[in-house]
Amino acid sequence: MTGTVIEAKGVGLTFQTGDGPVHALKGVDLVIEKGDFVSFIGPSGCGKTTFLRCMAALETPTEGKLTVNGMSPEDARQARAYGYVFQAAGLYPWRTIGGNIRLPLEIMGLSKAEQASRVERVLELVDLKGFGKKYPWQLSGGMQQRASIARALSFDADILLMDEPFGALDEIVRDHLNEQLLALWARTEKTIAFVTHSIPEAVYLSTKIVVMSPRPGRIADVIESPLPRERPLDIRDSPEFIAVAHRVRDGLRAGHSYDD
Amino acid sequence: MRSFGPVLVVLGVILAIWYAAAVLMNAQWERDQASRAGAVIGWAEILPATLRQERPVLPAPHQVAAEFWALTWGEEVSGRRGIVRSGSLSNRGLVLHAWVTLSATMLGFVIGAGFGILLAVGIVHNRAMDASVMPWAIASQTIPIVAIAPMIIVVLNSIGVSGLVPKAIIAAYLSFFPVVVGMVKGLRSPDAMQLDLLRTYNATALQGLWKLRLPAAMPFLFASLKVGVAASFVGTIVAELPLGGAGLGTRLLAGSYYGQTIQIWATLVMASLLAAAMVAVVGGIQARVLTRMGMR
Repeated sequence: MTGTVIEAKGVGLTFQTGDGPVHALKGVDLVIEKGDFVSFIGPSGCGKTTFLRCMAALETPTEGKLTVNGMSPEDARQARAYGYVFQAAGLYPWRTIGGNIRLPLEIMGLSKAEQASRVERVLELVDLKGFGKKYPWQLSGGMQQRASIARALSFDADILLMDEPFGALDEIVRDHLNEQLLALWARTEKTIAFVTHSIPEAVYLSTKIVVMSPRPGRIADVIESPLPRERPLDIRDSPEFIAVAHRVRDGLRAGHSYDD
Repeated sequence: MRSFGPVLVVLGVILAIWYAAAVLMNAQWERDQASRAGAVIGWAEILPATLRQERPVLPAPHQVAAEFWALTWGEEVSGRRGIVRSGSLSNRGLVLHAWVTLSATMLGFVIGAGFGILLAVGIVHNRAMDASVMPWAIASQTIPIVAIAPMIIVVLNSIGVSGLVPKAIIAAYLSFFPVVVGMVKGLRSPDAMQLDLLRTYNATALQGLWKLRLPAAMPFLFASLKVGVAASFVGTIVAELPLGGAGLGTRLLAGSYYGQTIQIWATLVMASLLAAAMVAVVGGIQARVLTRMGMR
């Protein structure tokens, strides 16, 4: 598992607003290798979501150079190189869970048989086997979010971009989903970029933690996690875990110091 | 059926007010008749007389009901020109006129709703149309239909279009507007996140319309179709006023020429029953579609 998947060099993004320019991102340098699980953490307004959206070509950087799979993000989007999971599940209420997962497959023009087999496979991957014919409102919030992850996985993109996917869920469900996400990552060997504002979540999940700070949005610290890839939930009580969490917290505090 | 009681109470109140109004409004004519004959009459004579006048200012409910029955069942089953004896609907009865109006309404509604949906799709997908079409659509609805309907009919007649089509076009003219407004709102109802999601799949605009915007617009569409079908009906009746021939509008005009108030009211009853039936049909289709879509 080697090779650079995402490379950012001096990436910046300035929005022109009525009150003058807003520097959402400035001078972001980052390399994400294949198979990495990279978390972006920081206070709101630090540009973590904006950077994720740049990778997805939902925003276009105004400075610097950003490549995804060696291509421009726009080309990567057109090649369907990534699956994107939003903060809300955003399932279509008029489609069943299976129908929702089939949506990207229909758009990409796969055969009916291929669609059906892929839907079955990803439903199993996110532990929702047998729920394909249910409507979204019949599922809990956590199950809906798992269905939206299945939807992002269904077309077999190597990159998974996740924007605070568990932000709206309670902590018990979140712990459970974190564990499942790690298992899923181990099985599928995807490269995952994950935006969060929870320190334990970032440390528990990631091989690499990118600490960001606001105004202008930039990278304050990049931490390579010393934790093993195999992580039971109680690893969160280990001294290594606590040490990493400490460093993340320090990074966040430093970013805030000349602000308020 | 817990709502049955209140419905009956409301109906009873309406009938009571109607009877009271009929007595009060028709009483003057009875007094005038009496004074012309040199007699003085009291309420004991006036009261029953007001409820059986031939051309009352306000017919009593039972008079309207009897007239309605006579002009539908009575006319068709036992009338000389009814469908039982002559094999075709009587032009004196309401059924023929209701059918003529209904067919023009349906045609106009289909044209209007189809045009409205197309226009809404254009407005949502094309910036130039968004900026340019809506003001015209709004302007079109500010012109009183009574003023413009005769002109449309005359213009269409001069290019050889007559019969059902001119009425349908006026009906369409009234019914496209609520559909445009509802559908634009509906097609724009998906939020930014759902549009971004389709972008990440590199979906085309057509796929976005078909898989996201149109299904999301369905509840909005049906709400405006209900308004649209009623508007289409009003448009048809207004178009029939200057036309002559058959139709509920023509009947209303004829009734008012000859002071046949009971006949006017019977025609109005037929019109409101038809309108209610059409709205109910749209409602039924709505319930079915939304159930099939899992949205209710």
